[in-house]
Amino acid sequence: MAAIKIHEENDQNVKSIAADIKPKNKILFKITKFNPHVDTHMKYVDYDVEYEHWNTVLDALLMIKHKVDPSLALRYSCRQASCGSCGMMINDKPSLACFTKINELGSDVVKIEPMSNFPILRDLAVDFTQMFNTHKKLKPYIIRSDSEISQSNEIKEFSQDPDSVEKYIQFANCIKCGLCNSACPTMATDSSFMGPQALTQAYRYVSDDRDKGKNTRLKIIDERHGIWRCHFAGSCSKVCPKGVDPAMGIQFLRSYLLGFRD
Amino acid sequence: MIRESMIMKIHYATALGSVALVVIHVLFRLTQNFHDSLKFDNVITNYSLLPYSILLELILILISIHGFNGLRVILLELNQGQKYETIITYGCLASMIALITYGSRTILMTSMGMI
Repeated sequence: MAAIKIHEENDQNVKSIAADIKPKNKILFKITKFNPHVDTHMKYVDYDVEYEHWNTVLDALLMIKHKVDPSLALRYSCRQASCGSCGMMINDKPSLACFTKINELGSDVVKIEPMSNFPILRDLAVDFTQMFNTHKKLKPYIIRSDSEISQSNEIKEFSQDPDSVEKYIQFANCIKCGLCNSACPTMATDSSFMGPQALTQAYRYVSDDRDKGKNTRLKIIDERHGIWRCHFAGSCSKVCPKGVDPAMGIQFLRSYLLGFRD
Repeated sequence: MIRESMIMKIHYATALGSVALVVIHVLFRLTQNFHDSLKFDNVITNYSLLPYSILLELILILISIHGFNGLRVILLELNQGQKYETIITYGCLASMIALITYGSRTILMTSMGMI
């Protein structure tokens, strides 16, 4: 008797789980196709995509690439918002494709475009050269005259208390995905502007009390297309997938130059 | 070459200074009707008052510096290039000096009774 009862309960559970599973949804993807060496202007190509509620935009794009259009060019790697490779405009907002669920877009059409404010290599892949060059220009590393390893091979530690770490730790989460630069209204017109990504990284090292390169970095950012061209629109902070607040970092950095901070 | 931070400090200071002085200027205008304040004789009388002439001169200088630097910034963001940026920077500087000179000439001539 007991065995039959358990069996009946299991049957009911299976039925209720089956009722919860929804059939696959369909959605229209409008994807930009553009080869700057061949095309004169961008065009949109439509793809009907079936998706499950757990699918991300990157899943859908890879599905299209593998089953429908192998020529679709996009950059991706980790699929878990760690590498910062799959940045693109999703329904007009700079987002990581691997970090955006189709379900959460709340739209019947998903418009996919390459990130704004970057030169396009092909389709959804953009050129990061300028962003990385600016990033390097601001010396994104600890500058000190001494080293953790002495000549006698003794290793010492540049220790920090938790309060000191708190000052910069959120800015150390930057994955260099370029979404902030893509959202920046100044970058849209000023191609020489350093951009929120590089400026935030400058603040990350300037505010690190182990670092001694503050004056060097402040000199680099204090130029015509440097920190002063930020209009504090705040769109960079809104789109950051890692919760970094570049707009705040830039304002803190500015306060050093205005003499409000030492 | 002045550093950009110094230029921006001047930019912010001139903005604050202009607001304070324009408030005083507007308060002076409230002492009479708006239409009366623009009458030729009243305007000339204002200029002949030395403290008020100094106030107008300061407003002219502060707003010219602030305005032309603002214009320079807007134009620098609009387009880039070494030659273009040099033209814009020196063009705005020259225009600012020209405007201050012309405005000062008007204030001086009027306050000295030459108009």
